[in-house]
Amino acid sequence: MTLAVFFGCTFIAFGPAFSLFLFTIARDPLRIIILIAGAFFWLVSLLLSSLIWFIAVKASDPRDEPLQKGLLIFGVMFSVLLQEAFRFLYYKLLRKAIEGLVALSEDGCSPISIQQMAYVAGVGFGLMSGAFSMINLLADALGPGTVGIHGDSQLYFLTSAFMTMVLIFLHTFWGILFFHGCENRHWWEIVAVVVMHLAVSGSTFCNPLYVGSLVPSYVLMAIAAVWAYMLSGGSVQNLRRFLLCAQSGASPQPAS
Amino acid sequence: GFFSSCEGNSVERKIYIPLNKTAPCVRLLNATHQIGCQSSISGDTGVIHVVEKEEDLNWVLADGPHPPYMILLDGNLFNRLVMQQLKGTSRVSGLAVSIAKPNPPQGFSPGLKCPNDGFGVYSKDYGPQYAHCNRTVWNPVGSGLSYEDFDFPIFLLEDANETQVIKQCYQDHNVPTDGSGPEYPLCAMQLFSHMHAVTSTVTCMRRNSIQNTFSINPETVCDPLLDYNVWSTLHPINSSEKVDPKKEFIMVATRIDSHSFFWNIAPGAESAVSSFVTHLAAAEALHKASDVHLLQRNIMFTFFQGETFDYIGSSRMVYDMEKDKFPLRLENIHSFVELNQVALRNGSILWMHTDPVSRLNKKLHIQNKKGGTVNSSVGANVTLQEVGFSQSLPPSSFQRFLRARHIPGVVLTDHQASFQNRYYQSMYDTPENIRMQYPEGLSPEETLEYVTDTAKSLAEVATVVARALYRLAGGANDTSAIQADPKTITQMLYGFLIKMNNSWFQSIIKPDLKGILGDDVPQHYVAVSSPVNTTYLVQYVLANLTGTVVNLTKEECLNPEKTPNAEKEMYDYAWVQGSLDPNSTSRVPYCVRSTVRLSKALSPAFELREWGSTEYSTWTESRWKEIRARIFLVASKELEIITLVVGIAILVFSLVATHFINAKADVLFSIPRDPGAVAY
Repeated sequence: MTLAVFFGCTFIAFGPAFSLFLFTIARDPLRIIILIAGAFFWLVSLLLSSLIWFIAVKASDPRDEPLQKGLLIFGVMFSVLLQEAFRFLYYKLLRKAIEGLVALSEDGCSPISIQQMAYVAGVGFGLMSGAFSMINLLADALGPGTVGIHGDSQLYFLTSAFMTMVLIFLHTFWGILFFHGCENRHWWEIVAVVVMHLAVSGSTFCNPLYVGSLVPSYVLMAIAAVWAYMLSGGSVQNLRRFLLCAQSGASPQPAS
Repeated sequence: GFFSSCEGNSVERKIYIPLNKTAPCVRLLNATHQIGCQSSISGDTGVIHVVEKEEDLNWVLADGPHPPYMILLDGNLFNRLVMQQLKGTSRVSGLAVSIAKPNPPQGFSPGLKCPNDGFGVYSKDYGPQYAHCNRTVWNPVGSGLSYEDFDFPIFLLEDANETQVIKQCYQDHNVPTDGSGPEYPLCAMQLFSHMHAVTSTVTCMRRNSIQNTFSINPETVCDPLLDYNVWSTLHPINSSEKVDPKKEFIMVATRIDSHSFFWNIAPGAESAVSSFVTHLAAAEALHKASDVHLLQRNIMFTFFQGETFDYIGSSRMVYDMEKDKFPLRLENIHSFVELNQVALRNGSILWMHTDPVSRLNKKLHIQNKKGGTVNSSVGANVTLQEVGFSQSLPPSSFQRFLRARHIPGVVLTDHQASFQNRYYQSMYDTPENIRMQYPEGLSPEETLEYVTDTAKSLAEVATVVARALYRLAGGANDTSAIQADPKTITQMLYGFLIKMNNSWFQSIIKPDLKGILGDDVPQHYVAVSSPVNTTYLVQYVLANLTGTVVNLTKEECLNPEKTPNAEKEMYDYAWVQGSLDPNSTSRVPYCVRSTVRLSKALSPAFELREWGSTEYSTWTESRWKEIRARIFLVASKELEIITLVVGIAILVFSLVATHFINAKADVLFSIPRDPGAVAY
């Protein structure tokens, strides 16, 4: 009955992203376009970085274990830097897009703000990253077997699903942080995003010591969430008002 | 992104260990029954349990808490008793048998006690007291396992290393702890061997014809077992015309195929190889005799394929002879000599079996002739002796000829009554069974050349047979010059039993056939695609041993109809590779002229489209898509359900949370005081 594992892991990994998509992105065609373009940008960055890694691996001796491990670490770090570079490129593209949208609009205002674009771009990056992390695992989760015959941990599927979920969230928040940093020339925000990304990717080398990779990633996600919330116009009072209103069951305002 | 494993292994390699060196048990069908094994279409999975003694079976049949089980059975327990118990329960999802080393000492034969019963000559109309092995049980060790129908897959584990991997996995995860069951994760195995054909040949051939008639992309479900018989004559005959009815032939016959419980595992050392190798050596010895062309009768050396399955080859040849589709007719056959299982002689005795019924009906001189030749065998270490008067013929191709016409004949064997072969038609009928032993430390070339005692013993038999044939054909001179060569025999035994890919076989085959010489142990199963390796090799060995090298170029050799004086109807020309030049990598090919030909060995039941025939063999083999085996760990159901529940909970929670956040977005994200900026 490993259909159960398949659906369980799918929901864990993509459930939050799916609900974000459904409620905040799906209704607006412009946001869908930005989402898909963002996903594409992430895909191109992965393609280029994997090309470099592949060439490096083929050019080296496959039997040299420390060298292969070193090449892998190099590949991961290079990929992280390339992803962030493509995020910057996407930012530039979206800036140009806003100018075009303003020119096309009737009232001189763009129908979508750069902050909203940042959020959608982040979700796009996250979804594509999650897909590449998770899809091949899900395909194998359908079979009758589970990981472990060579001594690996049995919780492989579960931890991979949780890691994917946290990474999708992280990409969303990093999108907001990064664009805000580019927009307002706050270079430390950009540096912080890059450093956080490197830290999360680096922590996965602790696997299968899953506590070494999942825990720091969730901690970083919490930090990034709070930071992104603050930058998006949130505050502690708003949060309190939201929670109290939710508890008193007031009728919801029309969503933006 | 991130990489989830250090060496970049695919996830599948983390989960599954494929078992590569396995042989499945497949489904065969005849007119009325299906035999063999079947798995579900997406494979059968079960928790592994290692059964090394009878008591271990209780866990599987009653006590074990995680049915169904996949059993890893020790080869010594692979008997009828255990299999009956496994058949009767639903707690077994499959079986993997590890080959027993050394061979089981009490013998092992999954064949029938009475092989090819009902398709020989003895029936209620002819010698009823001999029918159905009433007087002599030929294969007393036979359990009939091969002819039973199992609804779970059974695989043979040929590699001891793989068996060890499975046992290790079992030790690590599946061993019961203190009476209670083992804990998850458990080691499990999955076997895929889904067969497409069901019920019987009648059903599957009918379905084939429906598919062929109505479907754009017809799916055949079964194929008849077919191949080619190899035959050759001492004096060349015109194969495109019918032979003069007054010409007399002596027919020498052996079978060249065998079978076992598992598909394409048929070493057949004693049941097939010993006999046809002796036959080939006798043919070589006869061709070397000086006055061969003066003999008044011709000799036809025939190698029948498919005899294991109700005499496919011989019944087809008899049919062709009756219907005038073969150059010879039954009237041309003066006498018949067959060699069955000759390697396990007790002492020096070679037994001559004759048919008691036709002996009573007709006065035959064959014994006298054979008896006369006993004298000529003095000097050779073989004593020809007749079996008792009231014993029937053993299962042999001769019986099919007797069904059609009373022909005098003998069947030569090493057993007086029941088979000496205790591994008849099993995977244990290996070179060890015919006592082939090589000293340690020989290179493959040296092993090829080394003359074993088995080869010497078979050479004695071949010498006696050749001399007897010479006498039967009317030869009058002294026969002491006719000697079979033990060197040729030992090379043939090596090539047909140990390794086909040796230098001698490589030098005698056509250049485009060198792919058939593999490095694995040779198997002699008749199969459904033809000709099989064995047939090709018998053809080319016979051509090499009995043919002559002619000085033709490659073009002339490949196109004999254009070459003058080639006499294409009388001879067969083959352009063979030749041996390797000692200092170079190229070969010196040459042209061989011989009288070797192939004749189709497909049961007449398929020619006549009588799928339910009881007269001719109706054996077919089912088709299948994939056959493979793998082992892996399975997780407990609880863990799987927990994963699903957690997933659903996260999905529901995130849907609810996102809905509320979205609904109250203007509360959560306050509008900045700058009027130009845009809010969420």
